[in-house]
Amino acid sequence: MIAVRNPWMMASAILALAALLFPLSAGESALSWSDIPALSVSVLIFAAMSVWLARGALRGLPLGLLLLGAVGLGGGMSLYVLYQAGAGGEAQLGFWLFIFALWTAVWCGLDAISSFRSLNTWAQRLADLLVPLMFGCWLLFLWEVLTVGFGVPQVLLPSPSMIAVRIAGSLDILAADFHQTFIKAVISGYVMGCGSGFAVAILVDRVPFLKRGLLPLGNLVSALPIVGMAPIMVMWFGFDWQSKAAVVVIMTFFPMLVNTVSGLSAAGVLERDLMRSYGARYWQTLFMLRLPAAMPFIFNALKINSTLAMIGAIVAEFFGTPIVGMGFRISTEVGRMNVDMVWAEIAMAALAGSAFYGAMALCERAVTFWHPSYRQRR
Amino acid sequence: MTIEGQGAVPGLTARIFAGHAGPIAVVVLAIVVIWYAGAVYMNAPRQMDVFKRANADWGAVDLIEGTWAQDRPILPAPHQILAELKKTIIDQKVTSKRSLVFHTWVTLSSTLLGFATGAVLGIVLAVGIVHVGTLEKSLMPWIISSQTIPILAIAPMVVVVLGAIGLKGLVPKALISTYLCFFPVTIGMVKGLRSPDPLQMDLMSTYSASPWQTFWKLRWPASLPFLFTSLKVAVAISLVGAIVGELPTGAQGGLGARLLAGSYYGQTIQIWSALFTAAALAAAMVVLVGVVERVVVRAMGGRP
Repeated sequence: MIAVRNPWMMASAILALAALLFPLSAGESALSWSDIPALSVSVLIFAAMSVWLARGALRGLPLGLLLLGAVGLGGGMSLYVLYQAGAGGEAQLGFWLFIFALWTAVWCGLDAISSFRSLNTWAQRLADLLVPLMFGCWLLFLWEVLTVGFGVPQVLLPSPSMIAVRIAGSLDILAADFHQTFIKAVISGYVMGCGSGFAVAILVDRVPFLKRGLLPLGNLVSALPIVGMAPIMVMWFGFDWQSKAAVVVIMTFFPMLVNTVSGLSAAGVLERDLMRSYGARYWQTLFMLRLPAAMPFIFNALKINSTLAMIGAIVAEFFGTPIVGMGFRISTEVGRMNVDMVWAEIAMAALAGSAFYGAMALCERAVTFWHPSYRQRR
Repeated sequence: MTIEGQGAVPGLTARIFAGHAGPIAVVVLAIVVIWYAGAVYMNAPRQMDVFKRANADWGAVDLIEGTWAQDRPILPAPHQILAELKKTIIDQKVTSKRSLVFHTWVTLSSTLLGFATGAVLGIVLAVGIVHVGTLEKSLMPWIISSQTIPILAIAPMVVVVLGAIGLKGLVPKALISTYLCFFPVTIGMVKGLRSPDPLQMDLMSTYSASPWQTFWKLRWPASLPFLFTSLKVAVAISLVGAIVGELPTGAQGGLGARLLAGSYYGQTIQIWSALFTAAALAAAMVVLVGVVERVVVRAMGGRP
């Protein structure tokens, strides 16, 4: 017998071979492997390659890249089976076994790449980026295959391709919603909320009495369901973006306050004594020592707030809004069961949220480059 | 005796104000005073309208009394909210749809279900991430970016869509809470399970402990403080998820439904009383987790 050094690849080969024994799809357009000879031959080649790899022929990066390439081809073929050959909605065991074979191969490939070590920083960074990226692509592929293969009703969960088509088809609506919700409400509310939180934190730091009285309350309030203030803000400030910005201000204020205050006490006693021995005044100590030392905490709040601000603005739109905005679009399109449009809005919200968060993280890296959490990187 | 008493009083106040209790009381008092003033300021225009229509003579006292007793004020005074709370919590039967206790229970049950499943899911993911390298590299970035999706914003949609396929009531709301809960637990537990320092891990391997034993005797106990810290965050966020999940369900009940109904009919007092209840619930749950933490840490022989 052959010596199996890589059980995952062996499993992949067995799954691929087993897939050939079962039909691809049932129903009107019943397909078996013999209907698409080219596909069957490719699967045989894939299985042979898997057996070859299972003996430990390749390792590390080459193995990973080869597998990812093979899975890319296999994924393309399974999409062909679903769309062109008409197996959508009626995929059978043979098809799913093949998907499982691809799955084990992906796992094995990611495993190989994630154990890649290099002294070249760029190569290492590229490999580290490739793993989550490929995993994400695989998840998207799995989503597509599962929804189409099982014929999941579009109302329940549309496939990624459908959402992409929808996004491409309604860019103008998405842009208008983005402008209303993100540019007008989120950004202005975020700036006001974080700014006032920061200012009050400085005040609290100056007055110890407030620190003892206000801070425990601030901690309590950050645990409260502040989103519930949204209907009240809509009543006070009207339907347009001002009320959404107000909700964002309330939601972002307390995390900023609490984090900044705890950050201002992050500077060490020794450093503070040094500043005093230099005869530095309060403001000098604040700007030269304590604020830089507080930066990691402040950026933590800025990052938390970036997600909170998105949530606050969108939820506030459920309580009344002009006929534009992401929250408005989500709630009305749900009512009309246009779930693909809803998912398009979600995709945009996720993209905007991630970009916002990422921008904050980049700023953080630029400002707090001295912090141990960045220095200790390989 | 009077002299003693006079001597003790400044000492006591000084002690109170040196701690947290005094300043907190003062700040709360200030908030209440500002609140009453704000109620007068915001409700005054409408109250003046009322007076004008009734052709009544009014002075400052009438105005203030009026603004504190409106039916649908823009900002209700605290005592109005307390009266509403008493009316809906104590005076109603618990099973009645008008009782806040009933609505609170609806929200609480889905919060707790979501919290429990989210915590378990978070712990399982953390254990997997700590022990399987590939899982960490491939899954961890997606777990983090999963939270930049404003799931709370699409929570009502999730509820509606799941309702369309016949999944109604507790489960959809609990799913949203689960999604929100698992993240802090995973992040905290990954940190916690990695918190034993290399010396202790080496000691375990010199004892030739199996991975299983290392997990139960070293990693798990070491991670508990992290677990409880993240559980406090998780339980609060779970409540938020449940409330937002109730927004589209309309008549089905729950604090979120109360908020929505209140905003439709302009019942500000009802909105505020639902908010107060939600706040009290959140605070109570966080405190409860804190108590459990203290008990568990003490049972494990930790020093508080």
